[in-house]
Amino acid sequence: MVRLVLAIALLVAAGTAAFAQQQPAPRVIEVNTPPLVPYRIVGNTIPEPLTAQPGDPVRGKRVVTDATNGTCVLCHAMPLPEEPNHGNIAPSLAGIGSRITVPELRLRLVDAKRINPDTIMLSYYRLHDLTRVQQQYVGRTYWAAQDVEDAIAYLMTLK
Amino acid sequence: MTRTLLLTFSFLCSALLPPLAQAQQWPLPAARFEVEGRKSGYFYLGRQTQILEDDDFQNPGMFAVEAGSALWRKVEGEAGLSCASCHNNAAVTMKGVSARYPRFDAEKGGIINLELMINREREQRMKAPPLKYESEQLIGLTAYIGYQSRGLPRAIEVAGPAAPFYEKGKEFFFQRRGLTDISCAMCHDDLAGANLRGDVISQGQINGFPFYRLQWRSMGSTHRMFEWCNTSMRAEPYPYGSEEYLNLELYVAWRGRGLPVETPAVRK
Ligand code: HEC
Ligand code: HEC
Ligand code: HEC
Repeated sequence: MVRLVLAIALLVAAGTAAFAQQQPAPRVIEVNTPPLVPYRIVGNTIPEPLTAQPGDPVRGKRVVTDATNGTCVLCHAMPLPEEPNHGNIAPSLAGIGSRITVPELRLRLVDAKRINPDTIMLSYYRLHDLTRVQQQYVGRTYWAAQDVEDAIAYLMTLK
Repeated sequence: MTRTLLLTFSFLCSALLPPLAQAQQWPLPAARFEVEGRKSGYFYLGRQTQILEDDDFQNPGMFAVEAGSALWRKVEGEAGLSCASCHNNAAVTMKGVSARYPRFDAEKGGIINLELMINREREQRMKAPPLKYESEQLIGLTAYIGYQSRGLPRAIEVAGPAAPFYEKGKEFFFQRRGLTDISCAMCHDDLAGANLRGDVISQGQINGFPFYRLQWRSMGSTHRMFEWCNTSMRAEPYPYGSEEYLNLELYVAWRGRGLPVETPAVRK
């Protein structure tokens, strides 16, 4: 099995002096797992978009409801009456756009295990530290970088 | 006088009968599908599917049991024997057997399950070729032997020489794997009763195998179910009959100790 090398550089973030006085600087992790787009985790967020092209909410809705590719409805209820059989494992995503920021949502989708190592939620854009991935999925992620941005654009419309 | 004799006779009979009657009492009362918090998959089914399992005339798994019954009596191999040549009436000789499988096997130095035991009997005693794993014949014979223990509690030995294999099976159950990066335990220990899309997640017990799965429109073995769950996790499955799945089967069987044998169970 191909194991991709993960380079994690733990950096000491130099926050502004005023900020640092109030709380410890957030953990910063650089994730670089080619061929994925490299990204930087700051605390529980990924502040920068993964792609230059802005997210497309219409396409994003298709991404998150793709029944063959880890749809959120497996576990979450969503305000989508046209989707049958919503799961009840996880909190409803109704109104999620008002409860979460875009950088928080980006990490949640890219690699939810960075937020909660024990979560059952899938990591949609992650290649490292996986065991015995099925042959046909080796080296693949659920989503492409643009899918992440499109999904975010859609989910933020759920106010 | 006659009356006293009759009474004594019927008392004697009833004293002798309970074990047999227990195995044949079917359907079981609903309470029997749960033992100290361990719950059979039956517990999580819709009533319609439970009725299918309860009623032998509707249970589609009974076709496999009947096919197995025919094979039991079929002479095959160079020794010119059938299973029945030596074991006679399976209702007597095979009663309670499947409840003890899988088990440690000294000859093999590892875990053997009922499917592999049947094939060993064919090869060693009948001088007949082994049956293909998951073939109708092997499923049939396994279902037929399992059926003889229906209603009896699963009694799985994991102490002594079985212990290291049990540990490996347990490790498998808790190991996160696949693109989903989740473990068996995350669904079947932590989320039993919850809805994963259209499915109600059960405890993942194997007391009803081989079972009839409506979604497959066919029978399936424990190892086929393991394969299904593994690929749902987008994890590379292991071959049927592999050491990995045998160890896992031992752990999962022990996890459901005390649950009644339900073969042939019906599941969604
Ligand atoms: C396999 C189950 C599963 C799938 C599939 C899943 N999630 Fe989750 N999700 C969870 C669980 C469980 C939680 C609860 C918190 C935790 O475990 O970290 C959660 C939490 C969340 C949260 C935080 C909730 C909050 O109110 O703060 C968001 C946002 C979220 N999920 C979004 C999504 C989106 C969007 C998708 C689809 C692209 C998705 N999830 C797919 C299981 C899942
Ligand atoms: C994402 C959740 C999930 C994971 C992880 C998972 N399963 Fe399952 N499993 C299911 C669902 C859904 C079913 C079908 C409904 C049911 O019986 O639970 C099922 C069914 C089963 C059954 C049949 C139960 C019965 O009563 O007939 C067994 C046995 C089983 N799983 C074992 C395993 C094993 C072993 C693993 C780890 C290799 C595993 N499962 C991983 C969701 C899961
Ligand atoms: C030549 C005689 C012979 C034939 C033929 C034979 N067996 Fe056996 N079998 C035995 C003996 C002897 C044992 C070991 C003693 C015992 O457990 O009854 C045994 C043991 C078993 C066991 C293990 C019982 C346990 O308690 O663990 C199973 C299961 C079994 N046989 C099934 C079969 C099946 C199925 C067939 C036909 C495919 C078959 N046997 C054919 C003689 C035979």
